[in-house]
Amino acid sequence: MTIETAPKQSWWNRIAHPSQFVAWSRPLLWPLTILTAVLFLFGLWFAFFNSPEDYQMGDTVRIMYIHVPTAWLSQFVYAIMTVSALGSLVWRHPMADVSMKSAAPLGATFTALALFTGSLWGRPTWGTFWEWDGRMTSTLVLLFIYLGIVALWRAFDDQLRAARVIAVFTLVGAINIPIIKFSVDWWSTLHQPASVFRPDGPRMPGSILTPLFIMFFAFTFLFLTLHLKAMHTEVKRRRVMALERQAAQAGASA
Amino acid sequence: MTAFSALIGRELRMAVRNGGDVLTLLLFFVIVGAVVPFAVGPDKDLLALLAPGIVWIAAFLSMLLGLDRLFRADHEDGTLILLRGADLPFSAVVAAKVIAHWLVAAVPLIVASPILAVLLAMDMGGFWKTVLSLAVGTPALAAFGAVGAAVTVSIRRGGLIAPVLIAPLAVPVLIFGVGAISTGTGPDQSGAALLFLAAISLMAAALCPFMAALAISSGED
Repeated sequence: MTIETAPKQSWWNRIAHPSQFVAWSRPLLWPLTILTAVLFLFGLWFAFFNSPEDYQMGDTVRIMYIHVPTAWLSQFVYAIMTVSALGSLVWRHPMADVSMKSAAPLGATFTALALFTGSLWGRPTWGTFWEWDGRMTSTLVLLFIYLGIVALWRAFDDQLRAARVIAVFTLVGAINIPIIKFSVDWWSTLHQPASVFRPDGPRMPGSILTPLFIMFFAFTFLFLTLHLKAMHTEVKRRRVMALERQAAQAGASA
Repeated sequence: MTAFSALIGRELRMAVRNGGDVLTLLLFFVIVGAVVPFAVGPDKDLLALLAPGIVWIAAFLSMLLGLDRLFRADHEDGTLILLRGADLPFSAVVAAKVIAHWLVAAVPLIVASPILAVLLAMDMGGFWKTVLSLAVGTPALAAFGAVGAAVTVSIRRGGLIAPVLIAPLAVPVLIFGVGAISTGTGPDQSGAALLFLAAISLMAAALCPFMAALAISSGED
């Protein structure tokens, strides 16, 4: 009878241990990249050449294929950060820290893109680059929260301590997400209410919905790819810092 | 409860004995309000129109800039670690400090607001509304601010980060705070805005001490 001495490699360990995580997720990177590229190729082709002009907005409707997916990601990334923050606070999960840290700049970028494309779209259709409407204001607040979190990560020296503190702040900032979601229903001013995910089905013809959905998945997979790569980079960065610390200690004792 | 009130008493005594930073904040509040007329011109009608917003901005900024005094000194001399080991739950310690901070940083602003009312050509009715909305809204600023101060307490150069973190979260306070004063066009909704402001303050005062305590204890060990 043999006694098992090797530690059990549960799926939880494989997610939690940084080098294990990198080992099993590295092969995913190339397929994800190719999938993202193919989705963008199809999505952009549909968006530019194979979708109709809007009868009111004309060609400017094509901005939607960038605007809606980035706006969706601006909230999705925060949701990922909130889940990671819970993982970091409740289970002290090391990869949750890494996920939280590498998602913040990506979320800030997608939010800035959503605001920028929305502003470009608003000028020809609403006649203004900016309006202090509920959805826009709350998205701007989301951008500030993202940038604050990035600044907070940079201010801490000890990244492990930073992770738990920032997790608390991330949870507090999560109040904003439902406000963004329901802002169009609470304050109905300029921004239109939800028109894709509705209980009674989307309020768009299929010819516009198809490229929108493809771009939606393209951007989501772009985020997943970049997030995974950023997590790998962060794991490596931490290993470099640990090695530097070891080297410095060895140099000090010698 | 005695430990709780003793803690508030301690904070108040310390603020009185070394009152420099409280007076500076008060001065900052008055100066922000007094500088705006130079920027927009001394037109009385315009100033009276802008006055509620100016008073709220001045209060908002001075509350945010005063955040650093909430936990910083106690963190640096180790008092926070002692307080974490006290019989009182740490959230209650934080709540006591938030109450003391409100008494020290917000009440003087409300007391000083008549100065700004005169400088900004407010009428009597508008002035009393401003005092009421400041009194109802500033607890929310103090409570949100406690979370920001707690998150940044272990950062050595955290002085500017706390206001940057908290300002976006405190935007609703500003919206409803000003909404409770100026009626603008259309039907008068200042009563509803005041109720919203009170709701935000109560929610923030109830929940934020727990989050701030969590942030401090996760940053210390």
